[in-house]
Amino acid sequence: MMAGTLVSTIINGDQIEFACRPDETLLEVLRNRLGLTGSKEGCGTGDCGACSITLDGRLVCSCLVLAVEAEGRKVNTIEGLADGDTLHPLQTNFINHAALQCGVCTPGLLIASKALLDRNPNPTDEEIRFALAGNLCRCTGYDKIVHAVKATAKELRKQ
Amino acid sequence: MANDTKFRNRKFKAVGTRPPRPDGLDKVTGRAKYGADTFAPGQLVGRVLRSPHAHAQITRIDTSKAEKLNGVKAVITSKDLPDLTDGDSDLYDTLENCMARDRALYDGHAVAAVAAIDAPTARKALKLIRVTYTILPHVTDVDEAIKPDAPIVQPRVYTSGVSPKPKSPSNVARVSEFGHGDVEAGFKAADIIVEKSYKTEQTHQGYIEPHACLASVGPDGHGELWVTTQGHFVFRNTCAALLGMDVAKLTVTPSEVGGGFGGKTHVWMEPIALALSRKANRPVKLEMTRNEVFRSTGPTSSTSIDVKIGVKKNGRITAASAYLRYHDGAFPGIWAMLGAMTSYACYDLKNVKTVGYDILVNRPKVGAYRAPSAPMAAFAVESTINEVATKIGMDPIDFRIKNAAKEGTKSSYGPTYGPIGIGPTLAAVKKHPHMRAQLKKNQGRGMACGFWFNFGGETCTDLNICVDGTVTLTVGTVDLSGSRTSLSLIAAEELGIPYERVKCNISDTASLGHNDMTDGSRGTFSSGMSIIFAARNAIDDLCQRAADTWGIPVKDVVWKDGRALAKGKKHRKLKSLSLDDLAAASSNTGGPIAGHSQIVADGAGVSFASHICDIEVDPETSATKVVRYTVIQDAGKAVHPDYVEGQFQGGAAQGIGWALNEEYVYDENGRLQNPGFLDYRVPVCSDLPFIDTQILEIPNPNHPYGIRGVGETSIVPPLAAIGNAVSDVAGVRMTHVPMSPPRIRKAIKDKQA
Repeated sequence: MMAGTLVSTIINGDQIEFACRPDETLLEVLRNRLGLTGSKEGCGTGDCGACSITLDGRLVCSCLVLAVEAEGRKVNTIEGLADGDTLHPLQTNFINHAALQCGVCTPGLLIASKALLDRNPNPTDEEIRFALAGNLCRCTGYDKIVHAVKATAKELRKQ
Repeated sequence: MANDTKFRNRKFKAVGTRPPRPDGLDKVTGRAKYGADTFAPGQLVGRVLRSPHAHAQITRIDTSKAEKLNGVKAVITSKDLPDLTDGDSDLYDTLENCMARDRALYDGHAVAAVAAIDAPTARKALKLIRVTYTILPHVTDVDEAIKPDAPIVQPRVYTSGVSPKPKSPSNVARVSEFGHGDVEAGFKAADIIVEKSYKTEQTHQGYIEPHACLASVGPDGHGELWVTTQGHFVFRNTCAALLGMDVAKLTVTPSEVGGGFGGKTHVWMEPIALALSRKANRPVKLEMTRNEVFRSTGPTSSTSIDVKIGVKKNGRITAASAYLRYHDGAFPGIWAMLGAMTSYACYDLKNVKTVGYDILVNRPKVGAYRAPSAPMAAFAVESTINEVATKIGMDPIDFRIKNAAKEGTKSSYGPTYGPIGIGPTLAAVKKHPHMRAQLKKNQGRGMACGFWFNFGGETCTDLNICVDGTVTLTVGTVDLSGSRTSLSLIAAEELGIPYERVKCNISDTASLGHNDMTDGSRGTFSSGMSIIFAARNAIDDLCQRAADTWGIPVKDVVWKDGRALAKGKKHRKLKSLSLDDLAAASSNTGGPIAGHSQIVADGAGVSFASHICDIEVDPETSATKVVRYTVIQDAGKAVHPDYVEGQFQGGAAQGIGWALNEEYVYDENGRLQNPGFLDYRVPVCSDLPFIDTQILEIPNPNHPYGIRGVGETSIVPPLAAIGNAVSDVAGVRMTHVPMSPPRIRKAIKDKQA
C-alpha cells in the first residue's frame, strides 16, 4: 500500500487540502476525493480533452497531471467558471448557440475556450479551431461551438 | 380525435421556435450527472479481466490468489452468471458476450471480474487471476471468414435464411434477400452495365463518455442500477433476465448520456457490475477505460460489397443488384440484412436484388451505430451511381433525379412510399450555391444521397398539471441531445401555453411503463406523439372541469390557446378559464389533473438526405482537407431547428471521420492495435469547416405534426459524397474506406501503373 501525501492547493479560489497516493492523477482526485465531477475522464491518456482544467492559468489535461503536482498551485475547473449565479458569457453563448448536445465534452471545451480568449481576445476562425483541436466532440461537428466562441469573443471585446 | 395520428396542417406557435434547452445550465456548469458521476457509501471499484487473444479455449481460471488479496470483496467468472436464458439464443449470445464461458472469442472478451475497496487493489487482483488459454486459429477479415478452411467462430451457428437447412456450422450466420422484379432480364435490357466491388473498415461510435454504472443488489433480490444508457427499460429487462431477478425489483435510473449513437443500446458490462454487487453485497462502481470501450463494446461491421447497375443510354436504370458481406463480430446479428434493405432505398427500380451475408469473425460483437449498416451500402451504391452517370455522359444529380423514388414507389426493401423527401433534396442540391462555388487546384466536388427508416415503438408518458398551472412531463426516452426541449415544445404547443411553463423529466424504470430505447431516431417522434395524446387527454379533463364549474355540458366547451372557452351565444357571458385557473381550483373539481398515454408509436416517416462536399487532396502527401460541406435533409417538421441542424452537422462529422481516417487496425494475431483516440483518429475542430445545413419539411402523413426522425440519416451520405469528391480529384475511383492518405496514394499509383 503506497503511503499518502498531503497536498495543499487553491481550487477555484478556495484553499483546499487533500491526501492522495503519489500515482493518483489530479483528475482522479478532483472527481473521487473532492466530488468535483465536472471534469470528465474520456480517455485517461490526454487525447480527448474532456478533463481540461487550468493549472496556474495554463490549459492542461488533468489526467496527465499527478495530483501531487498541484501543491501550492492554482487549479481552475468548470465548477469555478461561473461567478456565483452569473454565468460566464461563454457558458451563456454555448446554450444560446446550441453549441452542446450530449454535453459531456462541454466542460473541457469551455475551459479550453476561456484559455484561448484569455490570451487572444480576437481570434480568427482558424485560431479558434486549432486552439480547440485538443477537445474532442462527437456530437456537434464543432460548427456551433466555433460560432459560440466567436460571439463571446466579440461580446468580451465590447466590454 | 385524442389518439389520431394523422398529420393536420396548422400554424405552429411553439414548435419550430429556438428556445434555450432546460438542461443547458447543468451541462455548462459541470453539474449534470453522467454515468460515472455518482457515488454510493461503501462502494467498491469493479475491474474486468479481458482476453488478450482473438480466439482461445479457456482451460482453467484460478482466482484463489485474487480472492485472498486484502481488500478484494468479490471475484466472478462465468460460473457466477449461470445460464438462465432458457433457449433464447439472442439472450445467450448477450450472456456469453458479457463474460466468456469456455472460449474467448475476441481480443478484449471479458473472462473474469473483481470488486475491491479501491482501484489499485482491483488492478492488483486482476494481475493475480491465472487464466490458462489454449490459443486457437482465428479469423478477423470478413472475406477470409467465408473461405472453406476458415476457423469456425461459433460451432452452434448454422446459416439461417437458406434452404435446405445446412448440416454443419458456418461463419455465415444469415443470408437475407430483398428486391423485386427480374434483374436478369433487366441487365439483358441494359445498354451499359457497371460492376464494382468496395470495402469499408470497422469503426466505432466514438462517444466521449465511456460506459459506466453503479450497481447495488441486495440478498433480498432488490437492486438498483445507475447507468449511462440509451434504453433503461431494455437494460432492466436484459439484466434481470441474466441475473435471475424479478424485473419489477430492479430499478434502473438513466444518467445523462455522454454520447450513444447506438452503442449504448446494448448491455456490455452492466450484468457484471450487478453480479459483483450481489456477490459482495455492496454497491459496485464499474467504469470502462477507453481501451476497453474500443476492444469490448459494439463497433460497426467491416464490409465487402459487390454492386452491379444496368442502365439505358437515356438514363433509366434497368436493373440493380448488390451482394453485401458484413461481419457481425463473434455473435450473429442482422447487420448485413439492414445493409441489403437500405442499399437502393433512394431509387425507383423495376428490377432490384440485394443479398446480405452476416458473417462471424473474431472481433467484438457488432453494435448499432447511427443508421446501422446504411453508410457502407450507400458508399458502394452511390459511388457506382456516379460511375454509371459518367459512362452515359449524364450529370450525376440529374441521373439521380431521373431515377429517384417518389410517392407511390415500391421500395427495394418492400413497402410503398408515401410523400418523401429524396426528390426535393436533390432539387435543393441543384439550386444550392455550393454547387456553383469555384473549386481551387487539387479540389474535387462530390454529392450523394442517403436514407434511413426511422422507428416508432413502445412509448409511455405522463403529463401532470401542477397546482400553479405549470406542467410536468414524465417520459421514458433518454435525452441524448436535446429532446427534453423538443418534447416541452410539443406539450406547450398542444396545451397552448408558453414553453417556459413546461418541465420535462426522464423517469426511472419504477415510475413509468415500458419504453423502447432512444434509438432509430425515435425519441422525439415517439415520445412526442405520446405527449400529444397525453396532452389531449389532459385537455379533455380540463374541459370537463370547466364545464362543471360553469354548469354547462362539456360539448359546449372548447380548448384554445391555453384556455377553456364556452361556445355559443347562450354562454357568451361566461369568462374563459385559463389552465392556471383550472389548476388552482383542481382540488375542488375532482383532484389532480393529468394525462397519460401508452402507445406503440407507428408510422415513423422515412428520411432522405443529399450531401455536397468539396475535398482537397495534397498532391505530395495525399492528405485530405474538407473544404466545404452541405447537408440537405427532410425532417418532416423541425420541432427545434437548432437541434435539427445539430443532428445534421454531427452525423456529417462522424461520416467524414469514417470516410477519411477512422478504422480498426488488427495485427496478424487478431489484436486491436489502435484502441485509443490517438491512433483511432476522429475529426477534431481543426479538421472541419462550418457545415451548412438546409432543413426541408415534407410532412410525415402519419404524425399529427408531420415529424420524421432526424438523428440518423445524416451519417449515411458522407462516405459516398466524399468518395465521389476524392475520386474526382485523384482521377481514380476510390473503393476502400477510409480513404486515408496511404490508400489514396496507392489508388493513384495503381492507376498510373
